[in-house]
Amino acid sequence: MNITLRVWRQKGPDDKGRMATYKLTDVSSDMSFLEMLDVLNEKLTLEGEDPVAFDHDCREGICGACGVVIDGEAHGPEMTTTCQLHMRSFNDGDTITVEPWRAKAFPVIKDLVVDRGAFDRIIQAGGYISAPTGTAPDAHATPVPKADADRAFDAATCISCGACVAACPNASAMLFTAAKVTHLGMLPQGQPERAARVVKMVNQHDEEDFGNCTNIGECAAVCPKGIPLDTISQLNRDLLGSLAKGVG
Amino acid sequence: MAITGAILVLYLIAHMYGNLKIFSGQEAFDGYAHSLRELGYPLLPYEGFLWIARIVLLASILIHIYAVVVLWRRNHRARTARYQVTKRVQRSYSSYTMRYGGILIALFVVFHILHLTTNNIAPGGRSDSPYERMVNGFQPEFWFVTLFYLASVVAVGLHLRHGIWSAVTTLGGNKAGRQGKLNALATAIALIVAVGFAIPPLAVTFGLVS
Repeated sequence: MNITLRVWRQKGPDDKGRMATYKLTDVSSDMSFLEMLDVLNEKLTLEGEDPVAFDHDCREGICGACGVVIDGEAHGPEMTTTCQLHMRSFNDGDTITVEPWRAKAFPVIKDLVVDRGAFDRIIQAGGYISAPTGTAPDAHATPVPKADADRAFDAATCISCGACVAACPNASAMLFTAAKVTHLGMLPQGQPERAARVVKMVNQHDEEDFGNCTNIGECAAVCPKGIPLDTISQLNRDLLGSLAKGVG
Repeated sequence: MAITGAILVLYLIAHMYGNLKIFSGQEAFDGYAHSLRELGYPLLPYEGFLWIARIVLLASILIHIYAVVVLWRRNHRARTARYQVTKRVQRSYSSYTMRYGGILIALFVVFHILHLTTNNIAPGGRSDSPYERMVNGFQPEFWFVTLFYLASVVAVGLHLRHGIWSAVTTLGGNKAGRQGKLNALATAIALIVAVGFAIPPLAVTFGLVS
């Protein structure tokens, strides 16, 4: 298949950046989106141009490193990560627009690569437990209700890719923060810091200049891991409880 | 924002109930309007209840608007570089018209108070009777008043559709198993309020109430 790519090119953090148009011929529909970008980069290198910088690592959909906005949708038209998106999701002759995540808290480093350090700082603020974990305990040592375990597990599948921020009309990272709060808050090991955690993480979230949640739900709709929107309501419930108790 | 919104929704439902009394005739409608002034009397002074309600409502509106300004500024700052291509994946029409609808509603509330409460704007003539103010104001020759009123009521309906859903989520009541019901509830209240407010002026314009 033949496609036209419109890609965001930006030399560095201070460069203004621009959209560049490239034509690619003989793209296989079995290629992943990132392999298609690899082909583009080989072509650009041969032509003596700077290749397009993009983040990627496992290419298995589990690490969360890759992530670009494709035709206005975070990770493109399928509900998966960019590396697991294949060219068969597009048609011959398509023009595909590729942009980096756009948020003040995610400054562009180069081309499609953004700095997601803000997520690390939100985790540092409270996304941890102090209970010594050691080796894996016996499965029945600390009973956890099935529903809680399932909910914690669903929230724990978050790979911190940042699609929620990219898709949010307000550039809010509430789904990410809520996934961490729900993941740890549903389990017994997460209880000692539960009340303080939500306040610290939300404060850090605001500190990083992410926007606010207006419960629109674009985040959950594009999340490659299907983190449910009700985790945000869980975060709000925990936050109201903490504030009522005077925590924070 | 969620709490002040909830206060305003409860008020709207009470207000709609009062409006629908227009179908019981002038006496019942005016009597109801007058009874609000005497509510709680002599425990409260004449019009005491009304003024308490007005202060609570005004405070709710001001806090609601203040909250939206703070949020809007933060959200505006959070994305300085725009996307070239944007696509709505699942967001509802009501959710992304909240601010514009809110502005229309705010303008409408000012007009509405000047029109039917203080009667400074009096299409069709002033009157001491709330019933007559209604009937005068929505005569067919003032179709533009009815039209503006209807547009605002539609905006209120859309505002409530997302607002109720959003308020419940903010207050921590949105759970995965309940989302279908919560959506249905928000849509139902929004529809009931919009239709309930649209009926009386339409009835006047089309001559069912005179």
